[in-house]
Amino acid sequence: MTKYNISRMRNNKLVYGLFISAASVLGIIIIALLIFVSQQGLQTFRDVNPLEFFFSSNWSPSEGSFGALSFIIGSLAVTLFSILVGGPLGVLGAIFLAKLAPRWMRTIMQPAINLYMAIPSVVYGFIGITVIVPAVRHIFGVSGGFGIFTASFILAIMILPTVISISADALSAVPPALEEGSIALGATYWQTIWHIALPTALPGIITGVVLGMARAIGETMAVQMVIGNTPQMAKSLFSPTSTLPSEIVVEMGNTPFGSAWGNSLFLMALVLLIISMLMIAIVRKISTYKAVKI
Amino acid sequence: MRNSLKKTGLLAMALVLGMSIFAGCGGSQDKKAATNTPAKVEGKITASGSTALLPLLKVGQEEFYKLHDKVTINLSGGGSFTGQKQVASGAVNIGNSDVGLAADLKDKGIVGHDLVGIPFVFIVNKDVAIDNLSTQQYVDIMTGKITNWQDVGGKDQKITIIHRAKSSGSRATIETVVLKGQEFTNDAVIQDSNGAVRSAIATTPGAIGYVDAAYVDASVKALKFNGTAYSIQAVSDGKYPVYTTGKMFTKGEATGAVKAFIDYVTSAEFQNKNVESQGFIPITKLPKK
Repeated sequence: MTKYNISRMRNNKLVYGLFISAASVLGIIIIALLIFVSQQGLQTFRDVNPLEFFFSSNWSPSEGSFGALSFIIGSLAVTLFSILVGGPLGVLGAIFLAKLAPRWMRTIMQPAINLYMAIPSVVYGFIGITVIVPAVRHIFGVSGGFGIFTASFILAIMILPTVISISADALSAVPPALEEGSIALGATYWQTIWHIALPTALPGIITGVVLGMARAIGETMAVQMVIGNTPQMAKSLFSPTSTLPSEIVVEMGNTPFGSAWGNSLFLMALVLLIISMLMIAIVRKISTYKAVKI
Repeated sequence: MRNSLKKTGLLAMALVLGMSIFAGCGGSQDKKAATNTPAKVEGKITASGSTALLPLLKVGQEEFYKLHDKVTINLSGGGSFTGQKQVASGAVNIGNSDVGLAADLKDKGIVGHDLVGIPFVFIVNKDVAIDNLSTQQYVDIMTGKITNWQDVGGKDQKITIIHRAKSSGSRATIETVVLKGQEFTNDAVIQDSNGAVRSAIATTPGAIGYVDAAYVDASVKALKFNGTAYSIQAVSDGKYPVYTTGKMFTKGEATGAVKAFIDYVTSAEFQNKNVESQGFIPITKLPKK
């Protein structure tokens, strides 16, 4: 009996150590990545004025101009437009999925949405460049078809599964007693969804929307294939421009590591990382907030 | 942090070593078949840089192993500027580059060895009703002065420029050879490889751009340059100026195995056999400057 207990305790310790080391490896990797990216990125400021980097859109590294404003604006613009389209669409889809869809439809749609999330972004980009870009050209009569509109359109589709699945989970988690109470008081089904389910699930829905935005701003491949990647401010939704990730991926292959040019790409990566981390921080803040006291 | 970097570095080195052992084995087996063995050289060669030159050098590496089984060659890409920087800092023995030496490396005692001519061809979407442009017309289009095909004799259609990023060696070549230092307009679509440029031009009406000559195919239309279509003969005769010389840079004069490898890939034997099939121009056929 005692022997058994000792070996069990030893096993416990072993497994405990395993978990601890797994967790610390995870932590170390994230911290190492942060340190490395900031170390390389911040070295840019030895050669480049921060004001120039953030407030000029003149990007000619071979002439010593490192203005990244057009990339930052490009990133923010595609994220904003994609969430304007994808956000409402995703929330409506989540309401349907969680509250209105018959059971058989739900059993088909739930795995379908997960599958949707697993589509590699290069597939979206490929369809974008072969189908959406020519379609935009024909429908709007523009010459190229590359630009913020096309990129946002593809991103809106890409972020849908994130928005839908997280919002649907939040809506499903609304206590049935609340809804039943509302219906018992004579409210219609729609009134119940609008006044009870939605406000109760709001923190979850906002989490879904913000995570969707985080996915949109970091998306590289699909955007790179359709945005045009040119370092200029977008004059319209249909003129080619660039985003932070697309500029990094286009330039990194030929940019010497450790040069001002290479460092400035790391600085862009750092800016992206900070924006994403802010979004995660917002999500954490929101998820602890309860809209309706139960 | 430093440590973890070192560790990944070690791991990468172990991997490379492991692979080079395999490569070495392959070489030694072929060696038995080779009859005439020139002077014995041994050692390790590291080379990085231009991805355009990489396929050719891979062929060179395999052929070279047949003659010298005691030499290990590690080839990697990274881009022309990376190759130049790494050879200057001593990180690699050879820096391959399809652009001229960067200004800040000129006083570092770096020696260039001409490897091949790399020709470029301007291509347009098939619906562009033009098959020749003059140098001045190319300059006006690429700098954004002309934005409609009717200004150069085509139909009323907007010109869409599709080409490479500012860090690209191909772009640097066109900027030097055709634009003579003037800047490209930023109003263009950028793709990150020859293949991507070609497919974007093939699907975009009114598009123009340039690719390595090896990438021209039936999906796009190749333009003449001042009335001359690209051919190796046209380059030799000095009629087609849109090419650059791919170089192998070494720090100081090359010695030992490095010299043997450079001598081998620039030899007439290797050049005549492999260079044209890879879409390049043998150095012997470049016009004398």
